[in-house]
Amino acid sequence: MHTARREAQLWLAQRASAAILGICVVVHLITIIYATRGGLSGAEILARTRGNAAWLSFYVVFVLAVAVHVPIGLRAIASEWLGWDGRMRDGLLIAFAVVLVLVGLGATWGLFW
Amino acid sequence: MPMLQVSVWRGTKEGRYVDYKVPRQTSQTVLDVVTYIQRKLDSTLAYRYACRVGMCGSCAMTVNGVARWTCRTHVGALIGEQQDAALQIAPLANLPVIRDLATDMREFFDKWTRAKGFYAGTRTRHDDFAPVKPQSPQAQALQAGIECIGCGVCYASCDVVGWRPEYLGPAALNRAWTLLNDVRDGTHSERLRAVSGDAGCHSCHTHISCTERCPKHISPTASIAGLKRASVAAMVKGVL
Repeated sequence: MHTARREAQLWLAQRASAAILGICVVVHLITIIYATRGGLSGAEILARTRGNAAWLSFYVVFVLAVAVHVPIGLRAIASEWLGWDGRMRDGLLIAFAVVLVLVGLGATWGLFW
Repeated sequence: MPMLQVSVWRGTKEGRYVDYKVPRQTSQTVLDVVTYIQRKLDSTLAYRYACRVGMCGSCAMTVNGVARWTCRTHVGALIGEQQDAALQIAPLANLPVIRDLATDMREFFDKWTRAKGFYAGTRTRHDDFAPVKPQSPQAQALQAGIECIGCGVCYASCDVVGWRPEYLGPAALNRAWTLLNDVRDGTHSERLRAVSGDAGCHSCHTHISCTERCPKHISPTASIAGLKRASVAAMVKGVL
């Protein structure tokens, strides 16, 4: 793929995922604060999330946005701070994105099932 | 007579600051100070200037840690009327130092070429004039960035250039943006491709140091944002 097109796609993906994360992080933080300050136990939290398709959808979107956003940001940091460019960097970051998806969706499924 | 304490970088990449005492004058510019040192105190001091009136863009230096055009920077604006205040003058950052306060600008201007920062018209002398409405969005965007004098202050102030030396930098990208808004130019697609690649406009983090320090009050940040939008729009249309 042409470098210019790839860079434009990555930039758009980074900004679009940031917009999604902006909403998701706020909802996530409010939920955490509500749950902890309200004194909910782990069992009570699970009772509310298990079988709840809305929470499942929300966290699936959250995890996918993270998996897109974080590796692209790390890519820039690798270039700027470590001078690390090339296919090896991109390959490792794709692998890291896959790990984020697996770990994140695993945790999300644990809340749902 | 009140005297200024002036600390000036001497050397190349390796070197040291040397202190000089320069008489304080009314309406004295930093370039006046450097010129006084070179003419009266140490003729071996290397620096660069030409017009002295903010047009040529050749006298930029780092003054008290900030990149500035020295011919239009008054000493009084930096240190007020303090008698014991000091000036520190160094070459521009992010550029190789030839000697003392003179930097090698080749890479800076080579990047303008790499960003296709040159006009490529499509009409010949046999064609009629191109109608350009001054109030059109494109003409307005072009005018906003056209007064760049190529002084390198934005380039020296850019964190991304410091981190990624191959990054095209604010001045070259600003120039590309003005040309992209020139309806007479015929190389828009090639230019957009040239500035969208690795270390191009998408590498900008919008720190806004270039805009903050530009002596001509241009906003390369806005120009780069325009390039990003144009680049993504071209990508979506499948023409990037």
